[in-house]
Amino acid sequence: MADVTMRVWRGDSTGGDFADYTMPAVEGEVVLDVLHRIQAGPAPDLACRWNCKAGKCGSCSAEINGMPRLMCMTRMDELPTEEPVVVAPMKTFPIIRDLVTDVSFNYVMARQLPPLKPRAPEADGTYRMQQVDVERGQEFRKCIECFLCQNVCHVIRDHEENKPNYAGPRLFIRYMELESHPLDTNDRRELLRQRMGIGLCNITKCCTEVCPEHIKITDNAIIPLKERVVDSSYDPIAWLGRKILRRTKRGAVEVAQDAPAFTAPTSEDRLERQTLPVMVGTAVGAGNPSTAASAGPGAGPAEAAGGTGPTAAGDPFGTDAGA
Amino acid sequence: MADGLTAGPGAGELETHDFDVVVIGAGGAGLRAAVEAKERGLRTALVCKSLLGKAHTVMAEGGAAAAMGNVWSEDNWQVHFRDTMRGGKMLNNWRMAQLHAQESPDRIHELERWGALFDRTPDGRILQRDFGGHRYARLAHVGDRTGLELIRTLQQRAVSMGIEVFMECKILRLHKDSEGRVSAAVGYWRPTGSFVAFTGKAFVLATGSIGKSWKYTSNSWESTGDGHAMALWAGADMIDMECVQFHPTGMVWPLSVRGILVTEGVRGDGGVLRNSEGRRFMFDYIPPMFAAETADSEAEGDRWYDDHTNNRRPPELLPRDEVARSINSEVKAGRGSPHGGVFLDIASRRSAEYIRRRLPSMYHQFKELAGVDITAEAMEVGPTCHYVMGGIRVNADTEATTVPGLFACGEVAGGMHGSNRLGGNSLSDLLVFGRRAGMAAADYAEGRTGTPTVDAAESRKVVDEALAPFARDGGESPYDIHRDLQETMQSLVGIIRTESELVQAASELDKLAERAGAVAVSGGRAYNPGWNLATDLPSMLAVSRLVTTGALARRESRGGHTRDDYPKPDPEFGKVNLVQRFDEQGRLTLTPEPLPQMPPELAALFEEPAASPAPAPGKEGH
Ligand SMILES: Cc1cc2nc3c(=O)[nH]c(=O)nc-3n(C[C@H](O)[C@H](O)[C@H](O)COP(=O)(O)OP(=O)(O)OC[C@H]3O[C@@H](n4cnc5c(N)ncnc54)[C@H](O)[C@@H]3O)c2cc1C
Ligand code: SF4
Ligand code: SF4
Ligand code: FES
Repeated sequence: MADVTMRVWRGDSTGGDFADYTMPAVEGEVVLDVLHRIQAGPAPDLACRWNCKAGKCGSCSAEINGMPRLMCMTRMDELPTEEPVVVAPMKTFPIIRDLVTDVSFNYVMARQLPPLKPRAPEADGTYRMQQVDVERGQEFRKCIECFLCQNVCHVIRDHEENKPNYAGPRLFIRYMELESHPLDTNDRRELLRQRMGIGLCNITKCCTEVCPEHIKITDNAIIPLKERVVDSSYDPIAWLGRKILRRTKRGAVEVAQDAPAFTAPTSEDRLERQTLPVMVGTAVGAGNPSTAASAGPGAGPAEAAGGTGPTAAGDPFGTDAGA
Repeated sequence: MADGLTAGPGAGELETHDFDVVVIGAGGAGLRAAVEAKERGLRTALVCKSLLGKAHTVMAEGGAAAAMGNVWSEDNWQVHFRDTMRGGKMLNNWRMAQLHAQESPDRIHELERWGALFDRTPDGRILQRDFGGHRYARLAHVGDRTGLELIRTLQQRAVSMGIEVFMECKILRLHKDSEGRVSAAVGYWRPTGSFVAFTGKAFVLATGSIGKSWKYTSNSWESTGDGHAMALWAGADMIDMECVQFHPTGMVWPLSVRGILVTEGVRGDGGVLRNSEGRRFMFDYIPPMFAAETADSEAEGDRWYDDHTNNRRPPELLPRDEVARSINSEVKAGRGSPHGGVFLDIASRRSAEYIRRRLPSMYHQFKELAGVDITAEAMEVGPTCHYVMGGIRVNADTEATTVPGLFACGEVAGGMHGSNRLGGNSLSDLLVFGRRAGMAAADYAEGRTGTPTVDAAESRKVVDEALAPFARDGGESPYDIHRDLQETMQSLVGIIRTESELVQAASELDKLAERAGAVAVSGGRAYNPGWNLATDLPSMLAVSRLVTTGALARRESRGGHTRDDYPKPDPEFGKVNLVQRFDEQGRLTLTPEPLPQMPPELAALFEEPAASPAPAPGKEGH
């Protein structure tokens, strides 16, 4: 069979260049397979991430012929092979080596997200939810955290300085998932507006186009979120009135007044400490959540036991640990 | 290449982090353990080889088994317990199987409180699906991406609690203090290649599987058995390592995806197995142990999906060991599919819409990787190395190993699943025993006296050993050794075993160990997969040795362990765990030791005949 040439970016944070590897073509292979054969042959130290080899873990993101894709789900036979197949690392994140980038930005932003705070369960201690209600959230929970959407979003791809104040599409869907979660009682809209930069997104839809899970990031998450955030800043009472029928959210104003949601920096910060100094905020809420009382309706036992006030500073957004 | 070497740390300057509880492994088990320890207010570290959220658990598809009784109200922990023990051919640690069956429902409901969104029954409870070996539809699931839901929920929980996560950090060895308690773990950061130590008062191993030593496996590169090996080297008892599960349905074509899993959910949702003659051959392989509860005609099997009351389950849903062996026999008899598997057909049995809704990731996997539309054509499938039932011996209630200060949970621990695991029982195992390991480790840490330290000389040895491949000129590539190891284990210690081949495997392993001692790598230390693989080889070889030795010693066929030369179960072997450990002289020994004795009230559950089909469904219907 014919040969294929892979033009793979090799280097680290100090620089690098593309290197060509010509390998025999093998039927049915994906890009990642060819890279594995390169590792087992001419370049044993070629760095790339992978785990599942079936599009389930989101480890193997790269830019293949300029297209952000999963290497394990890109078949060689769908790429033109007269030309070398160009494989480059994701551009938005700092290079570690070769195709491996430092994606800790995404983990840092995820840490600032106030977790689910569920309402009180039914009498039997469990919950009832309808399939139609969980399906909205399930769409977003398909996310495999490949960070391809983050990679293509121009707000951070072209503007490094936006990173500290921009959650990005991957996390916008997470916010939307919680926003539509049948059990949740937290309100994160002010946080989204003030610190997560939802306003910076100008709905180019590039994120939706690259999502390997086909999540409708813009239509089903970002646009509705933008609407809700606007609602909350202009007319929180009307919004609350609408929502209250389904469940009780903590008031937007109340949440906005709470202490920052930053948690203590952890070792994930090792690598991005240089790149994102602003992220390493004050350590708040890093204590044992089970000892912190929270204000929501689901927090009955913790409140009763702890006897602390309804907005204990140790746990601004509350968790369900007491429930 | 010198760049990486000169920077090697003297032991004095080793980067060191101190914690109360150090959890190694961030799959479902490790995450759940860390959450529990943190909940107790202890300083807790979570260390993993990949990025957070990418562990093997993320790949689990079908569901998590828990007798919640949402679909069949007759289901309860006793039935689940009984299914698990029978599936494991009674080699299970009965107490683990009991705790698992009793506590799984709470663990699943807890996930829901933490944000998981399982599929629902019409009345809004958690929907449960049928799986092989489970008497009732019992698997809580989210389509066919349950593992993703589980790991993401736990990950988000862990992050919200502020647990410190050390990602892309590989632990190489555990060190003990003068009293024999584990006190430190030494490893390296993959991104930089620099070494690091964690001191702790209690350590939890949750490192998952060993499948990467076989050629065709559903496991990821991480499944090199590091935790098994580290525990063994630290002096722990290992039990029943010969019990390895070959999942009946892995992809077989194209070659590059051979081994990737096809969820049992396909069969649970109506898919059937056929040979090249179009025959549903599983009807020819119903073993006596399950005959009373298995349909003996296609018509009955087909009716069962809608009416569990008056029909028995189709033989495609027998436990995995039975199905895998049957597929193997069909292929050997020349009735296989073009690429050496058999056909798994759901296309002719369910509507395209149903298949896409119930099995979305299978649909995509075949469409994109094999160019097969599973709503229109049959899949080609064959057995793939999937899971290890054997593992570190633990106390059923605390997951304490035989080494003080060391706990183990999840796939790395042995006992729970006996000689064969039922589908869905792993995800709930991770939750039940992850939590218990976290609790017991926290207790131990709180009670421990003295300050754990890193032994400079010992850590120096670990560092030197790990860096040795850089210094060798002209040694062998780690990839070549790995490939030959996989060939050896696949062909000689695979699904069907026999004495002569196992003896040959043992001598091949000697040669491979020698070659591994001379492995050479090039490049720097920062994110160097060749070097990383070289440091995985010692664990893979150690674990392959345990499996081979156990397989030679167990002269019977039981569950996942099939001996061609001893094709029947032997009641005497059914009473013992095969325990392997290093003795005082540093020799690996194997001793049969009696299984823990089941109390009479549980033993009674196995006396009544299991003949009748499942009783009427609960009020939700199926
Ligand atoms: C494709 C597939 C589908 C499956 N489907 C199901 C299913 O439907 N239902 C079910 O019940 N079970 C299923 N299983 C089995 C189940 O997923 C696994 O048994 C389970 O996820 C193992 O979890 P774990 O927490 O023990 O380990 P893993 O999830 O494997 O995690 C191991 C962790 O240990 C870390 N680690 C390993 N070595 C080291 C080291 N040296 N240093 C530091 N960290 C280390 C890894 O980085 C990782 O974080 C499936 C398995 C596969 C492969
Ligand atoms: S739609 Fe918004 S989030 Fe998505 S890529 Fe465009 S700017 Fe970024
Ligand atoms: S939303 Fe889609 S593109 Fe973004 S991280 Fe998740 S799976 Fe990847
Ligand atoms: S390796 Fe898991 S998505 Fe590609």
